[in-house]
This record gives sequence, C-alpha cells and structure tokens, in this order.
Amino acid sequence: MTALLEVEDLRITFATRSGTSHPVDGVSFSVARGELLALVGESGCGKSLTALALLRLIPPPGQIVPGSAIRLEGTDVLALGAAELRSIRGRRIGMIFQDPMTSLNPVFTVADQISESVRAHQRVSKSAARVRALELLQEVGIPDPVERLDNYPHQMSGGMRQRVMIAIALASEPELLIADEPTTALDVTVQAQILELLDRLRAARGMAILLITHDLGIVAGRADRVAVMYAGRLVEEATTAELFARPSHPYTKGLLASVPRITGAVTRLQPIAGTVPAPTAWPAGCRFHPRCPASLPRCADDDPPALAVGDSHRMRCWLAASGPS
Amino acid sequence: MTGSLWRLLLRALTSPSGRLGAIVIALLTLFVFVAPWLLPDPSAMPDLLAGALPPGAGHPFGTDQLNRDVLSRVVSGGQISLSVAGLAVLLAVTLGALVGGLAGFYGGWLDSALMRLVDGALAIPRLFLLLLLVAVWEQMPLGALVLVLGATGWFATSRIVRGEVLRLRSAEFVLAATALGAGPGRIILRHLLPNVAGPLLVAATLGVGDVILLEAGLSYLGIGVRPPTPSWGSMILDARPLLTTAPWTSIFPGLAIAITVLAVNLFGDALRGALDPRSA
Repeated sequence: MTALLEVEDLRITFATRSGTSHPVDGVSFSVARGELLALVGESGCGKSLTALALLRLIPPPGQIVPGSAIRLEGTDVLALGAAELRSIRGRRIGMIFQDPMTSLNPVFTVADQISESVRAHQRVSKSAARVRALELLQEVGIPDPVERLDNYPHQMSGGMRQRVMIAIALASEPELLIADEPTTALDVTVQAQILELLDRLRAARGMAILLITHDLGIVAGRADRVAVMYAGRLVEEATTAELFARPSHPYTKGLLASVPRITGAVTRLQPIAGTVPAPTAWPAGCRFHPRCPASLPRCADDDPPALAVGDSHRMRCWLAASGPS
Repeated sequence: MTGSLWRLLLRALTSPSGRLGAIVIALLTLFVFVAPWLLPDPSAMPDLLAGALPPGAGHPFGTDQLNRDVLSRVVSGGQISLSVAGLAVLLAVTLGALVGGLAGFYGGWLDSALMRLVDGALAIPRLFLLLLLVAVWEQMPLGALVLVLGATGWFATSRIVRGEVLRLRSAEFVLAATALGAGPGRIILRHLLPNVAGPLLVAATLGVGDVILLEAGLSYLGIGVRPPTPSWGSMILDARPLLTTAPWTSIFPGLAIAITVLAVNLFGDALRGALDPRSA
C-alpha cells in the first residue's frame, strides 16, 4: 500500500497572553489508500487539532510550527496557496464533524446542500446535481430519500443529519475522509449504523478514512491500524489486532482497562489515575509518567522516542527497550 | 436558492396579514403603473379658472387649485415615490449586507474601522444629513436622490448583519463549508447572508416605509422631488393652503402614503415569519 497522506513531526503552537503552548507536539503518522486509521485519545490530547491541521483549518491564534510536514501524495499541503488549498479541501480530503446538529446550514434544504457540494466540484446542471443528491442520499442509507430531499436540517434526527453530512462529503469524491468523532453526539445504536456505513463506503469507494475518537471500543472491529494519542503526542501505534492483543504502552493498557467488556469475568473498571495535564503544563520527561503505574526513575527526565515493539508496532515508552511485557 | 425563495414567498402568503399586505402592494403597484393609460392625461391643459373641484363624476379624487386631476397626480406621484423607495432600499440593503458581512466575517481592524464609521454616521440625524446634501447639490436629479437616500440608509442594516455574521461565523457549518473548499466570498454570500435574510428582509421592508416617508418629507420641504414632477410629499406641500377649503387635495396623497407604508410593513412581517424554518 502506498501512503496517501504522510504527517511528519506536526507541531501546533498557540501563543496566548498566558504563554505559548504546543497542544500538538511532534505527531507523525501516515494513512495508506483505502486504509482506516483510528486516532484515539482523551479530550484535550490534540486529536481534533491534528485533524483540523490536515486541511489547515486551525483556528487562530493557533499556528502550525515550521518544520512540520503534511504531504498528500507528495504534495506539500503546508506550502499551498489559498486557491490550491481550496482545491484540496473537500475534493481530495473531505471532513465530517462531531455535531451534526450544527454542521449543516439551517436555512437550506438537504438537496440544496448536497447539490452545492456536487456543483462545487463538477460542472453539472442544477437538475443533474439534484439527481446526484438523491443517489447520494440512497448511498448513505436514508429511508424515503425522495421526500427527504426537500427537508430542512431541523426536520431530521441526529443520525439522519450525520448521514447527510457524509453524503455532502462524498459528493466531491474525496480520497481521504476525516471523521472527527462522527458518532459522539449520537445514540449507541445509531453510532453502530454510522460506523457500519463509513466502513461500507470505504470498501465500495476505496476511500481512506481517518477516524478520530475517544472510544477504543468502536475502533476494535473496523480500523486497520490504531494510533493512540496522549498529551499532544502519539504514544503507541500498531495494527488493530496487534494493539488489542498486545497493548504495550501503559497508557493504552489503562485505556483498555477502563473500557467495559462483555466477555470475561466481571471486574471493576480500572480508571487511569489523575487527569490529562493542560497543554501549558506538559510534564518534563515522558508526559505520562506522573500518571503511569509502571514509571521508572529515568521517565521523569528522559523523554522516550518512538521505539519498536514489534513489526509495525511502535510506542513512546522506555519499557519497549526491555521488550513487550 | 430560487426555488427556496419561491417557497418562502408562498409561505408568507399563508398568513392573513401577509396576504393582505401583498394584495395591497400588488394592487397599488399595478394601479400606479397601469392606471395612467386609463386616466385623464395629467399634462393636458386644464381649465385654470375652474379652481379646485370636489370629488365627483370625471374626477373621483377631485381636482387641485390648478384644476389638475388629483387621481392622476396621485398615480404618477406614486410611480416616483415607489420607484425611489424601492431602488434606494435595494441599494441600502446591498451596502448594509456587504459592509456588515465583511466587518463581521473578517473582524479585527476592518471591523473596528467600519463600525466606527457607522457609529459616526448614526450619530447624525438622517434628515439633517439629507438636508445638507440636498442643500449643497441644488437641482438634484432623481437618480441622485435615489443614491443619496440609499447611501444614507445602510448604517443600521450593516449593524444587524454584522452581529448575525459574527454569531454565525464560528458555527460548525461554516467550518464544514471551509473544509469543503469554499472561499471567504462564497462563505459570506452563500452560507452566511442567507442566514441573515430574515433580519435583512425586515430591515428592507421597514426601510421602504421609512424612505417613502422620508422622500415625502423632503418633497414636502420642497427639496426632494421637484415640481412639476408630482410626488406624494410635494402634492401635500402644494395642497397646504387648501387644507380647509379643498381637503381632498391633501387627504388622497396622504392616504396613499399611509396605506403603502402599512401594507409594506404587514408583508415584511409575514415574510420574516415565513423565513424562519423553525416556525414552519
């Protein structure tokens, strides 16, 4: 598989009156064509900012630090001019957001909004765009698509709206879809349906997906690879099977222990002690060491680099040096 | 968008007050622009010695002191008043939407500069501003009057639009549109301003009423539309000496002003109700 998107040493800085912080601090990963990469982490770990940075949508005063690299099939996204950037947004990299209640324009019908996306990327007539909108509504599994075309967003449920958002993103046939917590605002049953849909579309269209989530549970059956983020950094990265079979970083282990399981003996959930530090107060050394149950003396001073745990399995932890535990 | 505008108009017509306003506006406009062919020619030489005749056969609204048919003059004055108001408001709303949209979307120094300009302009009463302009520019042509009325009418609109755009700019659908490749111009015009259409339309309709009254006021003061071109305001001015002897010469143009402003406001309010999808 060739890499569609490569991110290298991505750093984002926020200069505010109370000081400079780096909520994303040296993140590197790649997404292959047709691959589903899950980026997992707690609130405030920088995963959404990472997603926004891929399309250069970081809200001011945030800035991407020089030296970071984002390459889309060799194209340096960070060097693009405004017009070139717009031709990548939507057309090559699509994005859907967490809250489908607010990510649709309230004064336009579903047909208007999908058609606009169709026409932004293809020269077709209004009636042809409407036909295309109908096909897309069918593709994302909306019942009664003909009637739904002329609905306004407020007439639809959250799950329906998220489907419409996906249809809008699909209209420009992106090669990569960034899904930023696409199911967080939805009911559990609807969550599963939306993930199912994303997975099906990925298979049908050969579209890569970067799924951003705080929920390891929804990752298990679907992602090809998982990258775990903590305090602005990727702490562990592996194929999904490998990660669930041999979670190695103490933070990943902690996350897994805090997810309820259906199988196995009923035990108490193990929360990770403490909270994620604020970006203005990342600890020295390994950023997880104050909360880490397995921390070594050196962790307080020496920041571990990404070390190999196995084939395509890396983590930022000194334990890797002593082999997987 | 054309389809949704059409649906919007239809929805405004479902409310009784909207229907009444629309019917009155439609009848007035039709009457004012079609009736001249059916009525006595106002430029025909009248019988100057006959004086002001009360309403009766041949002259349903009576005649004025120069024995000119009041109905004909109300009609042709209406053409002027309605055209001036419509065009001036169109100009004012466009300017207000653009200035407010830019200020709200870009923020920063541009916002500060534009809004301080608006603050300053709003501190000067509009009538005085107009009096000054009109006094400096004697014999102002009708087109210039439209420009002046439009150019002094956008301040409050720009504030409304700025506030709404400022609120909506950080909405997730704007981020979503940006992520789909929309540029700033497209976002302001296609995504933000349609969300402001409600307040904008209300501002526009109230503006039409305002401008009709303002133009009438200026003409009444003798510095708006100039004789012999009739306008509702200048007709009332002409009729002032006859207020007690021939009241019909001022009652009919006055009624025309009142009915038009009322109808326009009724319709604007119904349109605002229809524009809000949540009230559907």
